[in-house]
Amino acid sequence: MTAALAIRDLKKTYRNGHVALKGITLEVVEGDFFALLGPNGAGKSTTIGIVASLVNKSAGEVTIFGHDIETDLAAAKSCLGLVPQEFNFNQFEPVGEIVANQAGYYGIERREAFARAENYLRRLGLWEKRRGMARELSGGMKRRLMIARALVHEPRLLILDEPTAGVDIEIRRSMWDFLREINASGTTIILTTHYLEEAESLCRNIAIIDEGELIENTSTRRLLNTLHMETFILDIADPLEKLPELPGHSVRLVDECTIEADICRGEVVNDLFSQLSAQGIHIVSMRNKTNRLEQLFVRLLEGNGIEAC
Amino acid sequence: MTPHQKLTALRTIVTKEILRFARIWIQTVLPPMITTALYFIIFGNLIGSQIGDMDGFRYMEFIIPGLIMMSVITNSYANVVSSFYGSKFQRHIEEMLISPVPNYIILIGFVAGGVTRGLIVGIAVTLVSLIFSPLSIFNLWVMLSMIVLTAILFALAGFINGAYARNFDDISIIPTFVLTPLTYLGGIFYSISMLPEFWQKASLANPILYMINAFRYGFLGITDISLLASYSISIGFILILYTFSIHLLRKGQGIKT
Ligand SMILES: Nc1ncnc2c1ncn2[C@@H]1O[C@H](COP(=O)(O)OP(=O)(O)OP(=O)(O)O)[C@@H](O)[C@H]1O
Ligand SMILES: [Mg+2]
Repeated sequence: MTAALAIRDLKKTYRNGHVALKGITLEVVEGDFFALLGPNGAGKSTTIGIVASLVNKSAGEVTIFGHDIETDLAAAKSCLGLVPQEFNFNQFEPVGEIVANQAGYYGIERREAFARAENYLRRLGLWEKRRGMARELSGGMKRRLMIARALVHEPRLLILDEPTAGVDIEIRRSMWDFLREINASGTTIILTTHYLEEAESLCRNIAIIDEGELIENTSTRRLLNTLHMETFILDIADPLEKLPELPGHSVRLVDECTIEADICRGEVVNDLFSQLSAQGIHIVSMRNKTNRLEQLFVRLLEGNGIEAC
Repeated sequence: MTPHQKLTALRTIVTKEILRFARIWIQTVLPPMITTALYFIIFGNLIGSQIGDMDGFRYMEFIIPGLIMMSVITNSYANVVSSFYGSKFQRHIEEMLISPVPNYIILIGFVAGGVTRGLIVGIAVTLVSLIFSPLSIFNLWVMLSMIVLTAILFALAGFINGAYARNFDDISIIPTFVLTPLTYLGGIFYSISMLPEFWQKASLANPILYMINAFRYGFLGITDISLLASYSISIGFILILYTFSIHLLRKGQGIKT
């Protein structure tokens, strides 16, 4: 099977001499839902820009469904839909025309273009706004406009650069459902995000880049499996002055009503709870301290690797 | 892309370009009509009546072709430079760049938008001129072909300006310091035979002179320049500017990092 996206030893040095990519090799298989993660300035948008042929690469190879962007650019472009990080539509153009015109650039006839624009604008909840100028949309609506625009030529590979930045929780969830639906119908999706729960809940595979280098590339499940310890927060019913001895457990009193407990993967937690009960401490609620992926992410970037339990 | 798909893409770009200036017609189409009407009133009517004949025609009749051409030049150029620069500035040029539409279709699309605005303004100004003077047409084909060639040439020039422009000042520098002087010195208001020998020669270095004269020939049948020279110069410039624009698009001047 040809990869939806294959990147080999991709390098980019900007004109000002800044080295944004130091040689990235990456493959995304057809049908995947793939997360490209990394801190600000890691080189995610640069990578995406090169794939979309908006940024010139300095070295390396990129193929989209087997079409090399150097030798077979038009075919490569036809397979790709892009939702960029920054708004890049004409603020003074009506919403419906923005989407239909995009279809036109791919050679889709006017009538068909408007029919498709209607379909995607409806599905993304923008149909009522179609006659208004793009600048009259709210930030979250503008993101959805760019999603509709990216899909109108029905690309096999959809790349979204922080599609949910500045989108409220409800809309974000409905965008997730929408993207899952698009993915289920066969479109390969690559997405960048700083909301790690988003990557965790949507993506099957994850690559992490930092300072222009790939530091991790694996499946979401395998990555999470490497996480041996999680920290839980336990809210207790009655205020405590001091935490009693709890042999065999790593627990801390954060404030008089909150306990933090490090729990290893596979560890049976009943004993902790019985010890707490025996001490007359009653737990009223319990939650994960941070998103699991977030913990991993921070550790990877700190270069600590994965902590043993 | 199949030829049919390319045509659809071109139609999309041209339609979008036309709608762009049509939506803001108060800024794009109306002002040149008002300005030229003022020229007709002041130079043609008030001053012109004191000047007497120019090459055997009433002064008003003599300046009408040049004024029409001036508005076509200004508007074809202005349309493409502001539309293309605007699409860089707001980054929606990326909509076209990520699509498989070839560079030459993008270029022809922008140029066609500029030519359309130039011609619409040209027609509007011609209609205004009818208030002041009846229209005489000596050779319709020369007139039409020359105005279309001129519009194409300056739309291309506007594209190149837009590609190099880094800010809004850059899109008004060329029109102010190059285009307007060359147009005024291109024989709109006088026949170069009135000039001293040296300035006659110097005027021949101004490409706009050739276009205005051929265009005036289409109306009145008089010209200071041979038609062959006019056509060669305009077609030659179009080929050069077209090739250069394609080169700029290919290397991504001002649009790729
Ligand atoms: N046009 C440019 N010229 C010079 N340097 C640039 C340019 N664009 C980006 N960079 C630099 O390249 C590096 C990578 O930027 P990039 O936009 O790819 O990061 P990113 O991973 O997308 O970050 P973010 O999460 O903040 O969007 C940064 O250091 C940035 O300053
Ligand atoms: Mg980015």
